[in-house]
Amino acid sequence: MTADTERLPPPSDVVGPRAWLRTNLFGSWASSALTVVLGTVLLLVAVLAAQWVVNARWGVVTENLRLFLIGQYPFDQAWRIWLALAGLSVLAGLTAANSGAAVRTLALWLAAGQSLLGALVFVSGLGPFVAAALVFNAALVWVSYYMALRRPVPRRPLTLCWFLFVPLAFVLLQGWAGSPLGAVPTRLWGGLLLTFVLAVASIVLSFPFGVLLALGRRSDLPVLRALSTAYIEIVRGVPLITILFTASIMLPFFLPLEIRVDALVSAIGGLTLFSAAYVAENVRGGLQAIPSGQIEAANAIGLNAFQRNMYIVLPQALRTVIPANVGLFISLLKDTTLVFIAGGGLLELLAIGRSVLAQPQWFGAHLEVYVFISAVFFVLCYTMSQASYRLEAAMGVGKR
Amino acid sequence: MTNAPVRATRTPPWRNVRVLRVIAQLVTLAVVLIIGWWLVNNLLTNMRQTRLSFGFEFLDSTAGFEIGESLVPYSATDRYRDAFLVGVANTLLISLIGIILATLLGIVTGVARLSNNWLVSKIAAGYVELMRNTPLLVQLVLIYAVMLQLPAISNSITLPGSIFLNQRGLFLPRPVAEPGFGAWLTAIVIGVAVAIGLHVLASRREAAGQSAGRLRLAGYGLLLVIVAGAWIATSPLGLDVPVQERFNFVGGLTISPELTALLFGLVIYTAAFIGEVVRGGIQAVRRGQVEAAQAIGLSDRQTLRLVVFPQALRIIVPPLTSQYLNLAKNSSLAIAVGFADLFSVSRTMANQTGQPVSVIVLVMAAYLVISLLTSLVMNLYNRRVQVLER
Repeated sequence: MTADTERLPPPSDVVGPRAWLRTNLFGSWASSALTVVLGTVLLLVAVLAAQWVVNARWGVVTENLRLFLIGQYPFDQAWRIWLALAGLSVLAGLTAANSGAAVRTLALWLAAGQSLLGALVFVSGLGPFVAAALVFNAALVWVSYYMALRRPVPRRPLTLCWFLFVPLAFVLLQGWAGSPLGAVPTRLWGGLLLTFVLAVASIVLSFPFGVLLALGRRSDLPVLRALSTAYIEIVRGVPLITILFTASIMLPFFLPLEIRVDALVSAIGGLTLFSAAYVAENVRGGLQAIPSGQIEAANAIGLNAFQRNMYIVLPQALRTVIPANVGLFISLLKDTTLVFIAGGGLLELLAIGRSVLAQPQWFGAHLEVYVFISAVFFVLCYTMSQASYRLEAAMGVGKR
Repeated sequence: MTNAPVRATRTPPWRNVRVLRVIAQLVTLAVVLIIGWWLVNNLLTNMRQTRLSFGFEFLDSTAGFEIGESLVPYSATDRYRDAFLVGVANTLLISLIGIILATLLGIVTGVARLSNNWLVSKIAAGYVELMRNTPLLVQLVLIYAVMLQLPAISNSITLPGSIFLNQRGLFLPRPVAEPGFGAWLTAIVIGVAVAIGLHVLASRREAAGQSAGRLRLAGYGLLLVIVAGAWIATSPLGLDVPVQERFNFVGGLTISPELTALLFGLVIYTAAFIGEVVRGGIQAVRRGQVEAAQAIGLSDRQTLRLVVFPQALRIIVPPLTSQYLNLAKNSSLAIAVGFADLFSVSRTMANQTGQPVSVIVLVMAAYLVISLLTSLVMNLYNRRVQVLER
């Protein structure tokens, strides 16, 4: 260190590719050695993987794509799925127009995902019509987005639409016997459709239950607190598979013999009971983050317990736990694969994969099927987790 | 306060908070009890009609099914009680080995994500994202499918150190105790005692403000010398190396493809989550702490050992606990690859005995005990690493 170096300005940030390489890949002898070794290994793995991808029997996926997407759902009734998907696309586009970056990312990915799927469908046996329908849906997202940019839709009706959408979509998909719509029994549902139905229905249903449990756990009434705490801790202490097993195999034992429980309903019930405990813990975190001054102020202006929670505590608490609940939804989406172990005959994505592998002409194509399923989950979960990071950053969780 | 100016008027009971509180609790309790009673009543009615019973007598009858791998001796002629214990032992074994391996890999991952080397940190990040965004169950069946497509016995993959990998599983050398083993253990105990003694002495000197780095080093050195010397003198451990014969390997330690796939899957999945926990913990240590440590002249290693690590540990331990619990619970997915863990054994029991209710009660209780014990141990540890606040 001579006097000259001290007078120099601070070294500029990395400039140019050579400088970048020197700082990031070849900073020291050890680092250079690591780069070379890992780079070689990575290249080797990439070559092997590319070879496998090129030579793999992808026919097992493309020829069974319909099964993977909607299971045995009758093809002539598939317009119901299209209608539900179109509704989702329009709502997503409208919402994206007056929301933050996170929702915009999600809507963008919904459009991109549908286009991607459309391309996949185009090369598969499902034909150009289905592909065109998917691209049309993707376009719907964009069109409604730009329409809403021009004439913003107020938030409240939009929120109401979302709340109505979930049960309406369910009714649309299920239909009921005797009506012009006709019933599609849930045992025919399958693949990605069923995976979505399981995850969405469980998270939506478990949310109010979880909020109640969280309030119960924070309550100063000993009986409520004890019951809620016991429920939360017991559910969190046992594996999901035991709960799903209980729901699918044992639920009939606990109900009158006349009541037949649909396999889908019992699976959703099991997932709901399970995730409610985790929702409760997330919400409890949000409740604890509320300054006690808020509660004291609510008491001071004479609100009762119900009003205090509805108008003061929950609006603030629930806002802060949205990212954590997106995380929960991601793990719930992944956990729907467990339904296939628990029995009950529900054919979600993984179970469809197993049944496709049982077809004699696709004997031994395990890797292709499982890699495809992993890729589907990866795309879904990765986009949602990125959106939740953005949401977290936008809301400044943990920064206030 | 006898001379209160205003006598409080009595609040009517429907507005008295105390009365309302009691009523609210009684109502909740009543609702829960009624639902519970209804469910149990249905159960009893159904059992009477289907001639099932609720009880645990079946535990004493003969199980009659085989279990592939078990820690404790077991055969099909044993009772259900023993089969259940085999399941518990297998779950504990997987959880324990899994936790140890996942912690090691997780620490490596977490540190790698913070590496200055771009390639290293990107590979770690890619690995973490891949693991976190795909279902564990799919990963397990994928790994198992790969295991079954490995080469046959005759062209096993040979890894350094006489480790062989093929369709039939993983073949490792098994350490065998030789006659000198006891003497060697004694030497280790003595060495550790000496090292601890010197460590305590060094700490005391440090506390008194004297330098004791050399003393501490001498302690570790002495331990190393004693252990190594005794190893040479007694030759305590032999290795039973697996030897390839025509149809199978003989000797050594065999781990079935099921167990290998399960352990491998659980470890790489959990390690990704632990890696994030470790990274978060290290990043949460304020930069000022490191700068302050450098300012008072600590070396890089001392900064890490005395300043960064103890503070990071404090943040890491609670989320680490929940990852350990997740691993233990996720081991119940063993059934997908056909390994006989607690859940898998119990499901067989439930099918055979026709008493699913009793069996599921047992299983849930067993998992709860495992979870509670794990959290208990980790909470005790957590209390040790936390700062004592006044």
